[in-house]
Amino acid sequence: MTYGPQTIGVGLFAFLALLGAAFAADPLFAQHMGILAIVLAIATVVMLRRQFFAPAKTKVDTGYMDEVVRYGSIATMAWGIVGLLVGVVVALQLAWPAFNIEPWFTFGRMRPLHTSAVIFAFGGNALIATSFYVVQRTSRARLFGGDLAWFVFWGYQLFIVMAATGYLLGITQSREYAEPEWYVDLWLTVVWVAYLVVFLGTILKRKEPHIYVANWFYLAFIVTIAMLHVVNNLAIPVSFLGVKSYSAFAGVQDALTQWWYGHNAVGFFLTAGFLGMMYYFVPKQAARPIYSYRLSIIHFWALIFLYIWAGPHHLHYTALPDWAQTLGMVFSIMLWMPSWGGMINGLMTLSGAWDKIRTDPIIRMMVAAIAFYGMSTFEGPVMSIKAVNSLSHYTDWTIGHVHSGALGWVGLISFAAIYHMVPKLWARERLYSVRMVTWHFWLAMLGIVVYAAVMWVSGIMQGLMWREYDAQGFLVYSFAETVQAMFPYYVMRAIGGALYLAGALIMAFNITMTILGHQREEQPIGAPVAKAPSSLQPAE
Amino acid sequence: MSEKEIDDVTGVATTGHEWDGIKELNNPLPRWWVWTFYATIVWAFAYTIAYPAWPLISSATGGMLGYSSRQDVRSALDAAEASKADYVAAVEAASVDDILTDDALRTFATAAGAAAYKVNCVQCHGSGATGSAGYPNLNDDSWLWGGKPEDIRLTIAHGIRFASDDMTRLSEMPPFADILSETEIGELAGHVASMSATPSTGAGADLYATNCAACHGDSGEGMVELGVPNLADAIWLYGASEEEIAAQIRAPRHGVMPAWQDRLGETTVKELAVYVHSLGGGQ
Repeated sequence: MTYGPQTIGVGLFAFLALLGAAFAADPLFAQHMGILAIVLAIATVVMLRRQFFAPAKTKVDTGYMDEVVRYGSIATMAWGIVGLLVGVVVALQLAWPAFNIEPWFTFGRMRPLHTSAVIFAFGGNALIATSFYVVQRTSRARLFGGDLAWFVFWGYQLFIVMAATGYLLGITQSREYAEPEWYVDLWLTVVWVAYLVVFLGTILKRKEPHIYVANWFYLAFIVTIAMLHVVNNLAIPVSFLGVKSYSAFAGVQDALTQWWYGHNAVGFFLTAGFLGMMYYFVPKQAARPIYSYRLSIIHFWALIFLYIWAGPHHLHYTALPDWAQTLGMVFSIMLWMPSWGGMINGLMTLSGAWDKIRTDPIIRMMVAAIAFYGMSTFEGPVMSIKAVNSLSHYTDWTIGHVHSGALGWVGLISFAAIYHMVPKLWARERLYSVRMVTWHFWLAMLGIVVYAAVMWVSGIMQGLMWREYDAQGFLVYSFAETVQAMFPYYVMRAIGGALYLAGALIMAFNITMTILGHQREEQPIGAPVAKAPSSLQPAE
Repeated sequence: MSEKEIDDVTGVATTGHEWDGIKELNNPLPRWWVWTFYATIVWAFAYTIAYPAWPLISSATGGMLGYSSRQDVRSALDAAEASKADYVAAVEAASVDDILTDDALRTFATAAGAAAYKVNCVQCHGSGATGSAGYPNLNDDSWLWGGKPEDIRLTIAHGIRFASDDMTRLSEMPPFADILSETEIGELAGHVASMSATPSTGAGADLYATNCAACHGDSGEGMVELGVPNLADAIWLYGASEEEIAAQIRAPRHGVMPAWQDRLGETTVKELAVYVHSLGGGQ
């Protein structure tokens, strides 16, 4: 039998979920467990239909385990589209409140859906898929743990579905980027530990003498996220059959724990993890050696050590004691160069291959990603300075900063990695269309520039309006007036987001056609223009 | 593992490691990078000496500059309060009419009133004070309870139909649904709608004279003393159409405004009155 115990296990959990729905202490838990039961029941049926009741053939576990990476690449693309689409919808909701549809699709529920979909569903799948791809190739070893990698993949998708449906139902811990309630958190912990086992096990059985730098970053990301997730979500459930839980921390300590988590989600999920991606895919795509081994060591350890202390800069001018604010700020400033070490290593790796920017849109995408990485890791320390923060905090400037990093760095480097991996994973000679990658690149760039520039203008305007005093010492603007003033920027922001989404849709089409085995007939970029056929010559 | 070799393009040696075809050059750390990193570290330490930074057992180092964000806010607020103190005292002592005659005091009170207006009044009257259906426009010269400075102050201080204030403005128009027939209400609404242009004659006009003129006046001029709206000025709180007027005759809606004196204090109420008076319609 194939996957006999696993199928029985999933079926059993479907039944337990059904019991959870039946004996729930509150209606939300009943609804959420009902959704879980349906998802697991469907999974059971699918698994049963794939059963072969003959004795299982002896598995041939040679070569790399790439099927799970293929699934991961498709999941990344699909969740990416979902996350960006929800992003455009929430942007429209801010500009036109009529887009809020009660009760499930209001801004308050859609906003965490957007952030989690892009960070954890899109970014998380991109990291899991590429880390499995990279660790096997740079260790010359098949993934450790056999089907455990499949458990990580499907378990993570289940986490995403439970988190997303929970938000729409109104189930939330109200902790930014950590909204899922206690039972979803517990599930993610199990999945994440399995991920660590697969990744670390593969490194341990490697056939290379040294561990490649990309794997340091991936490992730092996996280990630190496990720690952050567990500590920040320490909570006591009101009932084991109910959604509500209370944090183990109180007051400003709770806030500091949350931003220790929140900032390091940026540092270790969105920075370290994607640096791992960069360290493999940039040298592979450019076919050039990494610029500096020494720099990679120093900036890795400096980044890992300094990042973890920078969280308090999210709580400037709050109840947080001054000393903690000071430390958060100075650690953020010291973080500038370690962050830029990754940018230097990425960009300088291209020395000797700069001509490829003209002919290879994937390289172009990587260069843009690294450039945006450099910009946002400079802007971050600047915004952590208290004097700057007193203007920027709580304004759209923060949103602009986050998006120049998210759309520019995380998005573009992930897209480039997928463009690189897909033809290799499906053994295609090349992508369906390289020219479509150029279209994607320019649409994405235009989208990011519109989005980030507009949010800078709107954010600084907002901050200045909030603190505007007249000659007599009275505040000049009411809050509603600042909201009104931002309307045109909100509309432009939605347009910027829509451009970025349009680029991603072109990519989804391109990737789908590549996987299906099609190739678009087109001139290679940079090739001399072919002469027009003679039939088009003017007639005599 | 490959041997150390020299990269053709840059002439730099590799480390001799290789993973999946990726090699590493053995370039040194860029000098500018190292020195900038050192500079940020030195600056960070210097900053932590100057400002509160290092946690101790039950407190933290205070920093050589003696900085405290709470103290900072306190002194900024105190300074702001001190700079206004003279004016605030003057406003407190003067009547609204007196404030209006003193240029400097009026300027100050208008600015203060504008700030208070943005926080407390925009929700109903709008940020441009243009009001909306059921909430009076404060820019025009049509005043339900009077547009003189003191009238405005009284209205703000005690509110309109605000049950918990004994001095609140109170007026009530009876519902005519049970008194007049639907036909009569229709005729009456038609007449009322015509009063702001050329008043009609006939049944509607007769009904008006019998039922309405006692309060609203023979030609619909209203009565400020009792808060009776002017019907002849083309300004309508609940809509200008005959249907909307008829609805108001059948079962009049009576808006409520809170009394602000207890919440904001006499001085702020005076400032608000000066500001509202300055919007254009003040008498």
